[in-house]
Amino acid sequence: MSNTVVLNNVRIIDPSRELDEVGTIIVENGRIVAAGTDTRNQGTPEGATVRDCTGLVATPGLVDARVFVGEPGAEHRETIESASRSAAAGGVTSFIMMPDTDPVIDDIALVEFVLKTARDKAVVNVYPAAALTKGLAGEEMTEFGLMKEAGAVTFTTGRETIHDTVMLRRALTYAREFDAVISCETRDKYLGANGVMNEGLLASWLGLSGIPKEAEIIPLERDLRIAGLTKGRYHAAQISVPESAEAIRAARARGGNVTCGISINNLALNEIDIGEYRTFFKLSPPLRSEDDRMAMVEALADGTIDIIVSSHDPQDVDTKRLPFADAADGAVGLETLLAAALRLHHSGHVSLMRLIDAMSTRPAKIFGLDAGTLKAGAKADITLIDLDEPWLVSKDSLLSRSKNTPFEDARFSGRAVATYVAGRLVHSL
Amino acid sequence: MATFPHRHLIGIKGLTEQDITFLLDKADEAVKISRQREKKTSTLRGLTQINLFFEASTRTQSSFELAGKRLGADVMNMSVGNSSVKKGETLIDTAMTLNAMHPDVLVVRHSSAGAAALLAQKVSCSVINAGDGAHEHPTQALLDALTIRRAKGKLSRIIVAICGDVLHSRVARSNIILLNAMGARVRVVAPATLLPAGIADMSVEVYHDMKEGLKDADVVMMLRLQRERMSGSFVPSVREYFRYYGLDAEKLAYAKEGALVMHPGPMNRGVEIASEVADGPQSVIEQQVEMGVAVRMAVMEALLTQNQEALA
Repeated sequence: MSNTVVLNNVRIIDPSRELDEVGTIIVENGRIVAAGTDTRNQGTPEGATVRDCTGLVATPGLVDARVFVGEPGAEHRETIESASRSAAAGGVTSFIMMPDTDPVIDDIALVEFVLKTARDKAVVNVYPAAALTKGLAGEEMTEFGLMKEAGAVTFTTGRETIHDTVMLRRALTYAREFDAVISCETRDKYLGANGVMNEGLLASWLGLSGIPKEAEIIPLERDLRIAGLTKGRYHAAQISVPESAEAIRAARARGGNVTCGISINNLALNEIDIGEYRTFFKLSPPLRSEDDRMAMVEALADGTIDIIVSSHDPQDVDTKRLPFADAADGAVGLETLLAAALRLHHSGHVSLMRLIDAMSTRPAKIFGLDAGTLKAGAKADITLIDLDEPWLVSKDSLLSRSKNTPFEDARFSGRAVATYVAGRLVHSL
Repeated sequence: MATFPHRHLIGIKGLTEQDITFLLDKADEAVKISRQREKKTSTLRGLTQINLFFEASTRTQSSFELAGKRLGADVMNMSVGNSSVKKGETLIDTAMTLNAMHPDVLVVRHSSAGAAALLAQKVSCSVINAGDGAHEHPTQALLDALTIRRAKGKLSRIIVAICGDVLHSRVARSNIILLNAMGARVRVVAPATLLPAGIADMSVEVYHDMKEGLKDADVVMMLRLQRERMSGSFVPSVREYFRYYGLDAEKLAYAKEGALVMHPGPMNRGVEIASEVADGPQSVIEQQVEMGVAVRMAVMEALLTQNQEALA
């Protein structure tokens, strides 16, 4: 098989160069040789696999910075391999794997286990996130330096919030020496502790405990203050309400080096989707009101929200086929991330350039990954997208081992028709 | 002829005014049966009713049991409590096991909102919700409506004050929906810590003062305050709660003369209601219990005989 791939007549959208033009991409030995309109004049290298991509869009491979995998510990839900196939099918060429496994990824040996398993089995790039504290218990710091050297790209609390502000302060201060990003979830331990969905009229009628917005905002504002105090690199993993976006803006105005992400679910769905206790819509942060969703779409468009994550969280029937309050949070999302995000392009709310930036270039930059660009010399991770192809999500066709998608039977326009990782075709429709 | 086009009774939500009237009329008939010497009919002969109670409830369970027996059904009680949950058996597993025994109706009580709806999706028989978390308790609202209708002759345009722990109450939610559907005016009276978010948009008038809330009320419906919520977590103390929100003769005097006093039971005397009122002439608490059996007979008959051909 040839090591050279040529994609002709393709609309190239590369946020790393703010480039949106029709041209040619040449890939050789897993690297981009050239990508742009000018490339057309370079001629086709001998023996190349040439693909006519008329009508298609090529972007830097998508980067998903928040993916839960069941390996080690819950392989029946998802393995690193199955997650990677699911990612490839969704156009995701790199993902950051959360440390909420059993055992927790809080030690060099486990970081190495993830990397080795990924090398042997995964078809996309897998980057481990390591636990910020041992066992994610929120008490003792893990070995940031050693784990970063071993390949951990960020330190996180996973699904948990750090409640101890002193711990957070020390972690942010210490991590600074290693230029490590600390990414945190924010949910107050008491406020909305029993909550299972957005607080409000809907929750009240359903007889479910609500989670007020303040449960997210208060610890976020606290974290942002600590980030300011320490000058550490803080990333708010998932925000869901406009007041949180406002808090991020304010922290930046004070000079803070802070970034934030949002789950695609909070951009594509709202609390009404829960209907009569549909547990696939039980998520953390919870789905909010339609007004909140629209405000978050705006905050994404204007760049306040840096990145979009799938928050891919495989759950089984034993954790989801329960009464709503007893069911686990989370939804799978690797395969629907792009399609759900494209809805915001089709509706005219967010430009394609910003969407690809938020799902590739920005996350690669924040977490220091070798991804997010189609510049000459870059690793040839490419997502080839048909923006308009209509398709219907069926849970049986998902490659993930778990089928807990909130987009069952959703009609989408647009999906990844081919995914290349280091020049190798890992998904093709 | 009127019909009842439903397979399950999960909540009052989803029932029309006609559906409710149909059930209440049928329940009026059932009251007569219960008052005869010969109380057993053959309406549901040969059918199997299973009462699946994940939360202990002597009253509701025995009411459903008696209702089934008076209709001639074979009744089995399963008080699951927490034992099976501890063994790791889920609600669905338990339900599927029972479903394999071919019951015709499952009466379910569970501490989680949505449990009855979830069961109804998975089993092949009718499901009656006997209370799911803080969501709904439809037969309670129906028996309350029947009690009111028999005493006042109507439901429309009467003023009903629902007082106490609305936040955690499935009884309150079902009653709010039913009474609104029937054209009654609904008030809630409670300290703000015991009201759910968005209460003002739930088609009720909100009061925090009993005397104001009870003014001109035709019906005063008290709710039970769970013991664990009495001391400090939602209200400071029993005595303070009783002082401001407990129903005594003085507060009741603000309601319309002859106003009905209701309580879904079991009562906490001296917490939400004083004995003088609970046992007083305006109390219809015992009638509520009688109407409970009648309403449950009506519901089961409607679900199991009325509409089987239509739904088939």
